[in-house]
Amino acid sequence: MKPIIWFYFPARLAWRQLVFDRTKLVAAICGVLFACVLVFMQLGFRDALYASAASAPVKLNGDLFLMHKQSEALWRPVRFKRSELMRVLGNSAVAEAYPLYLGLAPFKNIQTRTKRTLMVYGFDPDSQIFKIDAIDDKRAELRLKDTVLFDEYSRPEFGPMRQLLAADQNVTEINDYKVTVVGLFRLGVSFAADGNVVTSDLNFMRIFSRRNHEDIDLGVIKLHPGASATQVQAALRSQLNEFVNIFTYEELLSYEKDYWANTAPIGFIFGFGTVMGWVVGLVIVYQILFTDIANHRNEFATLKAMGYEQGYFVRVVFASAFFLAVLGFIPGYLLSLGLYHMAESKMYMPMPLPFGKVTTVFMFMLSMCFMAGLLAIRKLKDANPADMF
Amino acid sequence: MSTVIDVEHLNFSFGSGVLTQPVLKDVTISIEKGEIVLITGPSGSGKTTFLTIIGGLRQAFHGSVKVLDQQFINSSEQIKVKARQQIGYIFQQHNLLKSLTALQNVSMTLEINAALTERQRRERAAEMLIAVGLGDRLDYKPDQLSGGQRQRVSIARALVGQPKIILADEPTASLDKQSGHEAVNLLKQLAKESQTTILLVTHDYRILDIADRVVELEDGVIKQV
Ligand SMILES: Nc1ncnc2c1ncn2[C@@H]1O[C@H](COP(=O)(O)OP(=O)(O)OP(=O)(O)O)[C@@H](O)[C@H]1O
Ligand SMILES: [Mg+2]
Repeated sequence: MKPIIWFYFPARLAWRQLVFDRTKLVAAICGVLFACVLVFMQLGFRDALYASAASAPVKLNGDLFLMHKQSEALWRPVRFKRSELMRVLGNSAVAEAYPLYLGLAPFKNIQTRTKRTLMVYGFDPDSQIFKIDAIDDKRAELRLKDTVLFDEYSRPEFGPMRQLLAADQNVTEINDYKVTVVGLFRLGVSFAADGNVVTSDLNFMRIFSRRNHEDIDLGVIKLHPGASATQVQAALRSQLNEFVNIFTYEELLSYEKDYWANTAPIGFIFGFGTVMGWVVGLVIVYQILFTDIANHRNEFATLKAMGYEQGYFVRVVFASAFFLAVLGFIPGYLLSLGLYHMAESKMYMPMPLPFGKVTTVFMFMLSMCFMAGLLAIRKLKDANPADMF
Repeated sequence: MSTVIDVEHLNFSFGSGVLTQPVLKDVTISIEKGEIVLITGPSGSGKTTFLTIIGGLRQAFHGSVKVLDQQFINSSEQIKVKARQQIGYIFQQHNLLKSLTALQNVSMTLEINAALTERQRRERAAEMLIAVGLGDRLDYKPDQLSGGQRQRVSIARALVGQPKIILADEPTASLDKQSGHEAVNLLKQLAKESQTTILLVTHDYRILDIADRVVELEDGVIKQV
């Protein structure tokens, strides 16, 4: 049989029946749209979470990284001895090794005097372990006592730091310890921290009076030019103690991502939300297709009496499902685009909408409508042509 | 003349076991090509049941039902679907698709036929609607038409595929005397032109005059009149 007969005619009948009842069509489209937006937002938040979780390691400037095996993620590290890091200097391919100190501490808003927790990074100002020019440029100032740099991309609750600095209001408290903000840099918030501050290792010990130089959170290793990171990694792995992980840059990023995706319940929550969106959409579309078949029962039975075979009606139902998927997806996509922009501006989280995600959600909607069609075609057997006379 | 419908010793009952209710008892009738046969009889006598078996819409198990040389007793769905495509149906209710225009409704009969182009389908459907006097209503939907007009659309739908047999179950029941008579005369005229066999169930004694033969069914038993 010609393909046009096979698909075009049932699809055309499905289309004509859909557009005949505008009110119901609008209701059906709203159902798919709702599911679509739900899935878009869940996936958007999840990806924003992963992207921001990795925002700090992304800006680290190193070839290999040392982390305690029990560190689940960078924001909640288990400390290990500085001497463990210094041992890597024995490898001739290693050029430099520097510790990074991390700590969460309350930061006092200079204007409102309210306190909010942010992440404090402590590093040796002689090193260049951040790929952030604004930090490199201020290394001289950071060597001074009680100076910090503030992340401009922190949440606004910490105060309008740029205006405050311009007005010479640059003194505040971190962990109830008085510090001076000597400049700004840009990193970004994550689910772990609403804001960031960078300071020297010496100042870090002053802010966190119970910390000491010997217990470090992360080791950043730079190799001589031309050395292979994976080869050195293998060599170091056999030399170092078992309790440390030695990661390449990519491994560190994926370790962070995996934490949020698997260990933290957050990855699960968004995955669950996505599936719920799918299920809610499925139920709505199924309900619509089901009542549609019931309403057209007599018409289908008439067509059966005229010699149409069962497969024709199955194709009518799947064509309806396909049209609903497409018609709901288009406004759903546009609405999500707006919501993504809103989320970016209100929550200071990166919410990109790449083509890959758009096609993923479309496939999601398609499979949802296909599944609904599969469930609804059972109802077709109610159309019995013998009842038509 | 060739025999189009040949029924021998057809028995049919609804239900099973103690609840078995015989509806057709040893029915034997044969109908020739081009013949117009009317079936009358009291309510519940099995007229509709008989029509649905002839039309391949209901499966019978005992006797012999040959329609267009196909045996329907214990036949496969495939055979019946093929046969249905050569039969035109006119129902008591018009049973038009309400989301389609008159023209699109009539075209539905032709969409099973892959040999035609879309243009040929439209032309044939339009010609048929003109023949039933609805040339100015091609793009009207069923709920914009009167009862008589709807029944004329369904006559056009039944005839447009040039079926060998037309089965009609009380086609005038929902129409007044005038439009009922018009519809049936139209059916007769168009069918005679193309030598189509018509089997028509009716309670309406006003239209008996169109028949070549009238058959009475009483309590599942055929009586020639
Ligand atoms: N689907 C069914 N299941 C069980 N019994 C049925 C069914 N359809 C019809 N019957 C029974 O079969 C008998 C014949 O019904 P049928 O519809 O053929 O009568 P009819 O001659 O067309 O009557 P009418 O003139 O009122 O339309 C009736 O007693 C009816 O109750
Ligand atoms: Mg009846």
